[in-house]
Amino acid sequence: MRDTEKTYRFEDQRDTIYKVDPEHPETATLPLQRTEELLLNMGPQHPSTHGVLKVILELEGERLVKSTPVMGYLHRGVEKLAEEGTYHQFIPHTDRLDYVCAMYNNFAYCRAVEKLMNITVPERAEYLRTIVAEVQRIIGHQFWLGTQALDIGAMTVFFYTFRDREILLDWFDELCGARLTTSWYRIGGVERDLTPSLIAKLRAFLDYFPPKIDEYQVFLEKNRIWLARTKGVAVISAEDALSFGLSGPTLRGSGVGYDLRKYEAYAAYPKCAFNVPVGKNGDTYDRYWIRVMELYESVKIIKQCLDQMQEGPIMASVPSVTLPPKDRVFTNLDSMIQQFKLFSQGFDAPPGEIYCGTEAHKGELGFYIVSTGGGKPYRMKIRSPSFIHMGAFDHMSRGYMIADAVTIFGTYDIVMGECDR
Amino acid sequence: MHPLAERIKREFPDGFVDAVEWRGDLAVTVKRESVHAIARFLRRDPEIDCDYMVHVSSVDWPDDEERFEVVWEVQSIRKRHRIRLKTRVPESDCLVDSLTDIWHGANFMEREVYDMMGIRFRNHPDLRRILMPDDYAEGYPLRKDFPLQGKGWRDTFEFLNEKA
Repeated sequence: MRDTEKTYRFEDQRDTIYKVDPEHPETATLPLQRTEELLLNMGPQHPSTHGVLKVILELEGERLVKSTPVMGYLHRGVEKLAEEGTYHQFIPHTDRLDYVCAMYNNFAYCRAVEKLMNITVPERAEYLRTIVAEVQRIIGHQFWLGTQALDIGAMTVFFYTFRDREILLDWFDELCGARLTTSWYRIGGVERDLTPSLIAKLRAFLDYFPPKIDEYQVFLEKNRIWLARTKGVAVISAEDALSFGLSGPTLRGSGVGYDLRKYEAYAAYPKCAFNVPVGKNGDTYDRYWIRVMELYESVKIIKQCLDQMQEGPIMASVPSVTLPPKDRVFTNLDSMIQQFKLFSQGFDAPPGEIYCGTEAHKGELGFYIVSTGGGKPYRMKIRSPSFIHMGAFDHMSRGYMIADAVTIFGTYDIVMGECDR
Repeated sequence: MHPLAERIKREFPDGFVDAVEWRGDLAVTVKRESVHAIARFLRRDPEIDCDYMVHVSSVDWPDDEERFEVVWEVQSIRKRHRIRLKTRVPESDCLVDSLTDIWHGANFMEREVYDMMGIRFRNHPDLRRILMPDDYAEGYPLRKDFPLQGKGWRDTFEFLNEKA
């Protein structure tokens, strides 16, 4: 628990002479040994930093006085690379931002470019996008739950969440040929449709999964260690959370019901009924509870989408921007030339600038694109939730114990590939 | 003009430069001297009430007289609107007021702008490089005159400089 009343600075008593009154030996004051701040480097090679992150912790005893994140170990200059390639060429780069949940990055990027080009995506493609995005959200939350519990010391949950995550990764493998770096979304639609086999497998998973979420909770809900290490840890008020720009479950844990799926109502979300779980206390436990509840909500959304989805095209028909169907590319010369030109030269984007945010499972993943016309973006800024959440790390960690630093990394669901870009 | 832009123009006739609404996004360009006052107004005014910091960014326009553009994007969750506040900074005096005292989140985001574009922020509590190493002396990577392949030690690799 945070102790805000007490100051953690001991008086400097190094010069105190050790005196004992012979008549009252019990009043003898032991001079405190040296009291000075201890600087501790946590990382960059630490298993719970979820990548390569270093934090310089200033400690008074076991309390954190100040923490300074040192980032950039995974900086690859993605924003600079974006200026050199065409819009279509950038999609595989987005996979490598948040490599745990590539689908969501593809989705956020394609949505931003569609806003720039003013393209409307066909209805079936919107449903497919929503289904796959929610599958990705389940994967992301499973990954988070396993690793967060592992960091705190509850190892068992990890095996259960990763067992179920494996099923969905194999499903992705069948969908697009890759488990992690998917690149399945395309500007104006998606790369390929769901096959009947995929739909059957997904329906089977939706029946299998909700009891498994209950099972995860059994390990944690009544686990005294888990409760002691999450309840009342890393509390942030709603006002501070907004001011720091936190988003996603990290913001909703503080009681702000800001979810872009409801707020902007993109893709097929407005056609589905689902709730946005909102916490009360703004602590790690509330953020954990929100993510677990979102697993149930994701299952609900996918079921509704599968039921409502109608046959139709999966790619917008704007030949100057969107790619031709893949089977035509292999058989038709014109389509092959069109695909080649779209990838190598790009399409002519209108001059202007847009910002488009998408609710990824970590928070608001936004793309700010400045175009001066032509096939390449003039400037692309990626608003990555992990980076912005790290800005609040010092504020959220002050006054807690050193072991809570690990909990606080985990509660952001941080992935350094996205944080450093 | 968008009602929010009109409101800003009315309150700050000297600081207001231009407002563009495109694809549903409102971008307001203001003078560098009045950025801080306008930002505080956006935060404090109960009608506008921008409590959420979305992102801070920067754009390099090497051919313009005032070379850099700094962009703050703020949002009001309750009133459901988003404003992009932009200002221009010349290269010779690359300095603009920090908004860290208004939105805490601006701290890291402005540090990133400083790191990548070399724009300094006045009254920023901790203006250091954030993604590049502290001792990185080769310049600011997102400027348009910074080569994609990098600078410094890499220049000594002969195979990189060979013309095919």
